[in-house]
Amino acid sequence: MYIIRRILTMLLTVWVIATLTFIMMKLIPGDPFSTEEGALPEEALANLYAKYGLDDPLPIQYLTYMKNLVTFDLGLSMEGSGRSVNEIIASGIGASATLGLITLVVALVFGITLGILAALYHNSVFDYTAMVIATVGISIPNFILAPLLMKFLAVDLQLFPVANWGTWQHTVLPSLALASGPLAIIARFVRSSMLDVMNQDYMKTADAKGLPTYRIVVLHGIRNAILPVISFIGPLFVSLITGTLVIERIFSIPGIGRYFVDSIFNRDYTVIMGTTIFYSLILVVVLFLIDVSYRFIDPRITLTSKGGS
Amino acid sequence: MSLLKVNNLKVNFKTYGGTIRAVRNVSFEVDYGETVAIVGESGSGKSVTVQAIMGLIKKPAGEIEKGNILFKGKELLQLSQKQLREIKGKQISMVFQDSMTSLNPTMKVGKQISEVLLYHQHVSKQEAKARAIEMIKEVGIPNAERRYEQYPHEFSGGMRQRIMIAIALACNPDLLIADEPTTALDVTIQAQVLGLLEGIKENKNTSIILITHDLGVVAESADKVIVMYGGMMVEKCSVQELFSNPNHPYTWGLLESIPNVSNKDKERLKPIEGSPPDLFSPPKGCPFAPRCKYAMDICMEEVPRLYDVADGHSSRCFLNDEMAPNIATFSEVEERV
Repeated sequence: MYIIRRILTMLLTVWVIATLTFIMMKLIPGDPFSTEEGALPEEALANLYAKYGLDDPLPIQYLTYMKNLVTFDLGLSMEGSGRSVNEIIASGIGASATLGLITLVVALVFGITLGILAALYHNSVFDYTAMVIATVGISIPNFILAPLLMKFLAVDLQLFPVANWGTWQHTVLPSLALASGPLAIIARFVRSSMLDVMNQDYMKTADAKGLPTYRIVVLHGIRNAILPVISFIGPLFVSLITGTLVIERIFSIPGIGRYFVDSIFNRDYTVIMGTTIFYSLILVVVLFLIDVSYRFIDPRITLTSKGGS
Repeated sequence: MSLLKVNNLKVNFKTYGGTIRAVRNVSFEVDYGETVAIVGESGSGKSVTVQAIMGLIKKPAGEIEKGNILFKGKELLQLSQKQLREIKGKQISMVFQDSMTSLNPTMKVGKQISEVLLYHQHVSKQEAKARAIEMIKEVGIPNAERRYEQYPHEFSGGMRQRIMIAIALACNPDLLIADEPTTALDVTIQAQVLGLLEGIKENKNTSIILITHDLGVVAESADKVIVMYGGMMVEKCSVQELFSNPNHPYTWGLLESIPNVSNKDKERLKPIEGSPPDLFSPPKGCPFAPRCKYAMDICMEEVPRLYDVADGHSSRCFLNDEMAPNIATFSEVEERV
């Protein structure tokens, strides 16, 4: 029951997003074929409008788009390359998702470890160092960090390739640049959460049981301390796997990030719609999976279709 | 040799506001099979005393300034963390005040019991589980097999306290420390939990340190009583002596403040006027002097020593000094006990 309800809600959410995007997109002045010089002859424009169905009244265009959407047909890009939006997404998602997943793993593993150690050695030199690094990580934008990494690790030390995509070495620098921010946020988050957990009564109970320290920390402490981090993973995951424009640009990675922005400048209606819907679809699915995973991680949570338990 | 001997224990906490002198010169003994009650109001140092015994006072915030804690003749304060772990949970175990927060919310209660057995008795997983289920039955929870698989939030407060007791008893400890085990429970459940503790003492000859501020509980279950005030032990005696021959004015106040149910008149409750001392800068003299009806000049200046009042009964009050005036004893209290 819960699952069905959730799926319906998810579909509704995606539909609302699609509709709003459609309306806002049409509110942007200009269209894919308007150029500053107005170079195209009237007849050619009329032909193009007819080809992409842009000569229909807006409600008809909307209905046609929705009808195609139901069959997962996102239409043709209006850029003129003749590629379909499905193809564009399919060609870019591999690189974006690979980079995103690596980044996510790096951010989680190092962020959680750093946060836990900082909490365990609270108020020590290690704690202060870790938190200074974390603050730096949050404050330096990744588009500053990326060229710095390129300069030192790629150009000076020649450890990794400067840019491009293909082997695992190509993923190191971009994922480092991308991970630094989320890693720092996770570290700070986990640290305060772990400090909070260490003051809980059940930690005292675990201590009074005479358990070994690692068991107290890992089983009684960390498990409870990372619960709040999970809600943070959802949106982070989505933003990472759907590509990050700047980093993909800097390292010339063939991901889908650039289509997001380029399509808006080009008024490439179908690509705007397609990428937005794709993005929101992944977001709602991941949020759903996170909610379901809570059920397994925190036994106090039961999934119901009504509020409360 | 007694099971536990605490000698001149002094515990401080360092805070930004200064040093809190939470426990000052507390000494007492617990014999095999004996129940010792520690009474006193909030902040009197009861919990800190037992936490020091359990090694739960952690630097840098907490510090055991001096004193000895001898368990079976072994000095606990000299032991390494590793050696202490061999004693904690196995020979000395503890039941905490708030059963709602003392269990790990994300671990099955059964596992919380069996992990103690796994680590202290080195039994197999299956055996630990079987023993844990046995323990759940022993503390009077039905459907033990099913309960083993459940999480703390599926238990009521009283049930959780039973689970805490099951954890504490899993390794058949020699000493059970119960820090206000019934304070967070309602009255009927309190009686059940106390009954459970009583049964343990009788069946297994376990010594118990029972922290409480309920003198009714003391009367029912204790052999010996320690009254604490402002981080100090103000009176130490047998339970009979406490009710028949209380010596310290603070103890009188405690006894007087017990509501009298049999009294039909609408008598008002008798509080002890004033508030407990500021432990950042405890008064120079007797900590209770500012609230004491019988305080003399010297009480404000000097901390009284422990005077022996009777056999095994000592009291930290200058009224016992030869030079002190003879005040009318507390006839009022006597009437009511």
